[in-house]
Amino acid sequence: MKRLIPLAMVALTALLILVSISGQSMTVGAASSPDAAVQDMYLHVKTHDFAGAYNYVAKQSQTDLNSFARDINGKDGSLKTLSSVQKIDTRILNESGDAASVRATTEWSSAVGAIYETRDLQVVKEDGAWKVVWPKDQRQNLPPQVIPVTFLRWDIVHRAAEDDWGAQNVEAPKMRIVSMNAVEKDGGVTVLGELENEDTVPGFASVGATLIGNNGETLAEESSFDKISHTLLPKEISPFRIDFPGVKRAQVKSVRMSPNYLLVPASADPVIAVLHQRLDTDANGRTVLRGELMNESGQVVNIPHVLATFYDDSGKVVWVADGYVDHALQPQIAEPFAVDLHNELAQGAHRFRVTVNQYSQDRRTD
Amino acid sequence: MMRRIGKLCFMICVSCAIAVGQDLKAPDHAVAGAALKLETSGSGDATLYLLGPGSAIKRSVKLGEPVELKPEEVSGSGVYTAVLKSGGANVTRTFYVAPAAPSNLVFLARPSRVAVGQKDALSGVIFLFDANKNLSFAPADIHFELAVSGAAAAARSVAAHNGIAWTRFDSARREGAAQFVASLGETSVRRVVQLTASEPCNLRFRTAPAKDHNVVVETDPVRDCAGNPVPDGTIVTFIENDGKTRSTIDARIKRGVARAELPATPNATISAASGVVLGNEIRLGGGR
Repeated sequence: MKRLIPLAMVALTALLILVSISGQSMTVGAASSPDAAVQDMYLHVKTHDFAGAYNYVAKQSQTDLNSFARDINGKDGSLKTLSSVQKIDTRILNESGDAASVRATTEWSSAVGAIYETRDLQVVKEDGAWKVVWPKDQRQNLPPQVIPVTFLRWDIVHRAAEDDWGAQNVEAPKMRIVSMNAVEKDGGVTVLGELENEDTVPGFASVGATLIGNNGETLAEESSFDKISHTLLPKEISPFRIDFPGVKRAQVKSVRMSPNYLLVPASADPVIAVLHQRLDTDANGRTVLRGELMNESGQVVNIPHVLATFYDDSGKVVWVADGYVDHALQPQIAEPFAVDLHNELAQGAHRFRVTVNQYSQDRRTD
Repeated sequence: MMRRIGKLCFMICVSCAIAVGQDLKAPDHAVAGAALKLETSGSGDATLYLLGPGSAIKRSVKLGEPVELKPEEVSGSGVYTAVLKSGGANVTRTFYVAPAAPSNLVFLARPSRVAVGQKDALSGVIFLFDANKNLSFAPADIHFELAVSGAAAAARSVAAHNGIAWTRFDSARREGAAQFVASLGETSVRRVVQLTASEPCNLRFRTAPAKDHNVVVETDPVRDCAGNPVPDGTIVTFIENDGKTRSTIDARIKRGVARAELPATPNATISAASGVVLGNEIRLGGGR
C-alpha cells in the first residue's frame, strides 16, 4: 500500500504530461495551407498565446519570440496593448510551390471601437508545414540621450472657501464655433464643423447637438465624443463631428448646438508634427489619407489620434475623419498613419487639415 | 349667584389693571452690532420675545427694569419685533436697527481677462458692508484704481448710493496682470485682471537649414498691433506644401517666438497662421 500511492502519483503525473503534450501538439499542429497558417497564428494571438503563435513563424523571419509578441500585440502602452483580436479574414493572393502570399485582415476590439489591420504576409513551407514570414520590426529606436524640454503649463488658482463672494473664479475660455455644416451620409445625418479657442488660455471643449424636427420636436441628441480635440491651446482650431445614425436630413428643421467650454490646467507638451500628408489608395482600393507623425517631445505618446478635416473648394468643411494609430509615438521617430476617407467624399474634398490628439500615461496634462 | 358674579368682575378688573400697567418702549435709533436697551414699565415678571433678521430670542424680564440686548443679539440690520408677555396680556413693539458704518468691501471685477485697448471693458462694482455683513447705506467715497506694471494707473473716486458704487475703465494699452483695487479709508480689496494681447499682427517667419535634411522655421517675435507680445503657448501653424504632400506642425509660441522643423523639400511653399491670422509665405529654394 505504501508503494502503491507513490506509483499511482507517478503514473498520474506522466498521464497529465502526455495529455498536455498531446493537447499542445494539437493546438500548434502543422498548417496544411498558407492561409491556415496565418489563421492559426492569429487564433493563438487572440488567446494571448504568443508562444503558440510564434510556432507558426518561419525561421527565416529572424525575429525572436519577445520581438514578435511586442510587434503583434503592441508595446509602450499603445492602443494595440489594450486591444484583442476579434476577427481574422485571410485571402491567398498568390501561391507557387513552397511559397505564397496571404492578405490578412484582422479586426481588433478596443476601448475606442474596432481597429482594422491589413497585412500582406509571405508564407513558406518549412519542414513540410506552412509558416508565416513575420517581417522584422524595422522601427528604429532613439539612442539614449537627454532631450531638454521646456514646455509651458497653465495652472489655475481657484476661489478659496474663505474668500468673499466677490472673489469670483476665473472665467471660462472664449471659444467659438467658426464653421458648421450638416451632411447626410450612410443613412444618417452628421453635423460637423470647426471650433477655435479665441482666448489666451487653454480650454476644454465639448460640443453637443440636438436635431429639431419639422414640428419642433426633438429628434435626437448627441455629442462629438472623441471626434474632437477636447483640450485646445490658445488659437488652436479643432474639427468636430457629431453623428446621428438613422435620421434623414429631410426630417430635420434645425440643429441646436450646445457647446460647453471649461477652463482647465493644461500643458503645451507634446508637439506632434504631421509630415508628408497625402491622399492615397490602400491595398483594398479605398482612398486613405496617409502621412507620418513625429513626436517632438522627449516622452512617449501612448495613443495618438489623428483628426482630419476635409474642405470643398469654397472652404466649407465637408467631412471630418479620424483614426487611432495603434503604435505609440517614440520621441523624434516618425510613425506612419492612415485615415480612411470614402471615395465619394475624396472627390469633393479639395483641401484637408490634419490635427493630432494624444492620450499619454505618466504625463500630467490635466 | 350674585357673589360669584362679583368675584368674576373683580378678577377682570385686576387683569385689566395689570394689562394697563405693563409697557415696552423701543429705542428711537438703534445700530446693528451695538448694545441697546428696551425700557419696560409695570411690575412683576414677564417674558420678552424678540424676533429679528436671522435671530429669535426669548428672555424672562422684570417689568419696570430696562432689558439690555447685547451687540451680538442685534447684529443684523432690519426690522425687529419685540413682544412682552405677562399674564394673559401682550405688548408688541417694532423698531428698526440700522446698519453700522461701512467697514467691509465686496468687490466684483469683470471680466477676469480682457484684451488690451478696449473701451469700457472693465467694470468694478463695490458693495459696502458693516462689520456684521449688513449692506451699509452710509455715504462713502470709494476709490478705484487700475494699474498695470510699467504704465500710468487710472484712478477715480465714486460716491456710493444705497450701499453700492460702480465704475468702468478702459483696458490699458499694455498687457499684463492689472491690479484692480477698490478702497475705502484703510480698507482695500484687490482683484487681478489679466490684460492680454490682441490678435497677432504682421505674423512673419524665416527659415534656416537644419540637420537631417530639415529646415527650421522661426517667427519673428509675435506681437499684436499695439506691440504687445502674444502670450506664450499660442498656436502658430506652419504648413509646408510641395505640390504632392503637405506637412503641418502646430508650434507653440515660446518666449515670444514660434519655432519648428519641417522637411526641406525643394520648391515647397511654407506658410504660417495663428487662428484666423495668416503670415507670410516662403518658397524653399526660391525667392519669397
